[in-house]
Amino acid sequence: MVAFRFHQYQVVGRALPTPGDEHPKIYRMKLWATNEVRAKSKFWYFLRKLKKVKKSNGQMLAINEIFERNPTTIKNYGIWLRYQSRTGYHNMYKEYRDTTLNGAVEQMYTEMASRHRVRFPCIQIIKTATVHFKLCKRDNTKQFHNGNIKFPLVYRKIRPPTRKLKTTFKASRPNLFM
Amino acid sequence: MPFKRFVEIGRVALVNYGKDYGRLVVIVDVVDQNRALVDAPDMVRCQINFKRLSLTDIKIDIKRVPKKTTLIKAMEEADVKNKWENSSWGKKLIVQKRRASLNDFDRFKVMLAKIKRGGAIRQELAKLKKAAA
Repeated sequence: MVAFRFHQYQVVGRALPTPGDEHPKIYRMKLWATNEVRAKSKFWYFLRKLKKVKKSNGQMLAINEIFERNPTTIKNYGIWLRYQSRTGYHNMYKEYRDTTLNGAVEQMYTEMASRHRVRFPCIQIIKTATVHFKLCKRDNTKQFHNGNIKFPLVYRKIRPPTRKLKTTFKASRPNLFM
Repeated sequence: MPFKRFVEIGRVALVNYGKDYGRLVVIVDVVDQNRALVDAPDMVRCQINFKRLSLTDIKIDIKRVPKKTTLIKAMEEADVKNKWENSSWGKKLIVQKRRASLNDFDRFKVMLAKIKRGGAIRQELAKLKKAAA
């Protein structure tokens, strides 16, 4: 599989200890970002909204990348998100079938960009979960919950096997069947 | 013309683009409309886009996402390798590979063989022409 744009990180941080508070509470967040630097920045963004702490008076304790445990099995992912449209904030729940959570999150971002014209900075992921197939809500994912799934590939475009062999003009019209 | 080759669990397909070009794989599950989970005896199970697959006529009998050993056993039982190598598509690919891997001496031998074959055909043709005339 190609490299994912989005990586999942676990970020742990807390406010700096002060004379008034020797052991401030430690907070942990799981987020998606393209790299670790962005993940740390996003962590402070969210933490600022929840607690009275900023990067300048806080410290990062740990940042680890979280990898998919079973990238060879297909799972149904449900993603709860909050996004900003041109007229306000909305919540959404979307379902995706994929082998990894990072893949599903990437699908979500591309779908939000294409369907709703919402870009990455305007989306906040509230929650993600693997959903049991009986609990899936969207027909689009439920249609693949079939042990005897069978469908033909209707429109077959013949591609040259490498981009080097690509030509602009062809001698004859292509055969699209099979 | 109804469709004869379906995307289904157990369908054998040929990868026709990308890193695994030319490899025979088995579809073990369908992720969604565009992608399938695909497996072969000598590779890690991965997902691949249907655009990169050419379906074949061969189908093996497996359940959804079998274990690697079950898959290998099912492939042996269905005799996928022999069926593929005896099919005209499979034979063509083998010949193409052979031709691409010839060295200069082999090409020389091929040239001699072609000349010999052409000579034999022309002799027979001359005999037939004489008989017809």
